[in-house]
Amino acid sequence: MTATFRPRPTARPDRPAGPGPARTELVVDRIACDGFGMCAELLPELIELDDWGYPIVAAGGVPDQLLDHARRAVAVCPVLALRLARIPAAPVERGNAGWHGNRPSSVRG
Amino acid sequence: MEPRLFAGPPAGSGPEPLADHRARLGSRPSGAAAAATVPTLEASGLLGRGGAGFPVGRKWRSVAGQAGGRPVVLVNAAEGEPLSSKDRTLLRLRPHLVLDGALLAADAVGADRIALYIGTAQRDAQASIRRALAERRDLNVAIDLHAAPDTYVAGEESAAVHFVNEADARPTVTPPRPYERGVGGRPTLVQNVESLAHAALIGRFGDGWFRELGRDVTPGSALVTISGAARDGVREIEIGTTIGELAEQAGAGTTARDRQAVLLGGYFGGWLSTERGWDVPLDPIALRAAGSAFGAGVVAFLGNDRCGVRATSRIMDYMAGQSAAQCGPCVFGLRAIADATARLATGRPERDDLERIQRWSQQLAGRGACRHPDGAVGQLLSSLRVFGSEWEVHQRRRPCTRERVAAITPARNREQVA
Repeated sequence: MTATFRPRPTARPDRPAGPGPARTELVVDRIACDGFGMCAELLPELIELDDWGYPIVAAGGVPDQLLDHARRAVAVCPVLALRLARIPAAPVERGNAGWHGNRPSSVRG
Repeated sequence: MEPRLFAGPPAGSGPEPLADHRARLGSRPSGAAAAATVPTLEASGLLGRGGAGFPVGRKWRSVAGQAGGRPVVLVNAAEGEPLSSKDRTLLRLRPHLVLDGALLAADAVGADRIALYIGTAQRDAQASIRRALAERRDLNVAIDLHAAPDTYVAGEESAAVHFVNEADARPTVTPPRPYERGVGGRPTLVQNVESLAHAALIGRFGDGWFRELGRDVTPGSALVTISGAARDGVREIEIGTTIGELAEQAGAGTTARDRQAVLLGGYFGGWLSTERGWDVPLDPIALRAAGSAFGAGVVAFLGNDRCGVRATSRIMDYMAGQSAAQCGPCVFGLRAIADATARLATGRPERDDLERIQRWSQQLAGRGACRHPDGAVGQLLSSLRVFGSEWEVHQRRRPCTRERVAAITPARNREQVA
């Protein structure tokens, strides 16, 4: 028996996947982030924490009605690891994401 | 298939001297002809061979078109992947072909500096390139040599740039990507040695010649490193050769029943059962569709007496240990996954370990500065698909149905050209 596992899509705002409307994304500086978790407290609609307290940002961008909350989440981060980025509408061409070519699409069941 | 990169003297005769190289291939294109190589490379369809598979011509064009100073060419031969030895082998045997590619790239993108970045442990490759440099009289750019730390992430392109800049081989936050701002803050072409060697030949013989090989979608030939076969080592194959054909050539069996599975792409890649994978072409597109990856050309067969769970556990432990320890999800997530995987492999699982590694793996992708965690969990998720029932057996603490042979081991005679 072989189970099929489908990874939940995670936001990858620095690597737009393809065409789509312009949108605003929450971008985490993963090196700076120390897992304080205040962003998730202020913006539970879009940010949950993993088992070690590090943020998981929902895919799909920040809807307009949550922009103010998102700005506050950005402002309270003690290590300035969170920012809002405007992602342009045009597709950004990339080869394979990342090094050694294993982007999330290659782990689909 | 007639070899291309390995055409010329047999592997046993060691590095090809400059005079032989020139007599065999003539001079590389230079001047205006070098600039004209960019559209030729684009037309050739050559994909990068460091693992990411980015189109080489497009990369050269991006670097050439950047403002922000004279570009730099960073020749990447870190080859941190434990199952790969094709880059060091190519450097050892065909140093001048690689140098031709690097010099051609420098001419084409307008670079005045080449940084050679070669794994510290790869002494033969380093010696070969030093000798080759001493033979050259056509070096119109500054060339510096850097010994890459023998870590897995040292070959990631932002880590390579970071090392050349600051002697720190940890990935950096991107953007900016190296092609925008890299070595010395200048636009930097980071290119794998095999990609450069192909470019050196395409510059001479053209894109039509390059495309004469390739049986599936992607054109050309490629170097692969085979392990778990009777004849392990480095081979040059026509892209699109099927896994089964390669297995036969390398002595890894004549039917899918002779090996249970194959790991493609390396510790970053994906498992396929031989049953499903036997007729799959070794082509980045077909492999991705099959849930695996061509990566840097690793083809590691797993024997029927081996335990896929244990093999995966060893890889996950290695990958957790190779985290650059910069990003929380990678540091804690990969370690937790590796520990749970080890408990499963050794028959001491906690109640929810299998469920937990599935959940954690799915959460981890895309949450590091580089793709180290993505690659590691991609490999794990493919293992869960391919060895699904074995994983469940291990979770239920039943005796492993295979002998508990742990290893998927690097190729014996790994630098041998088969």
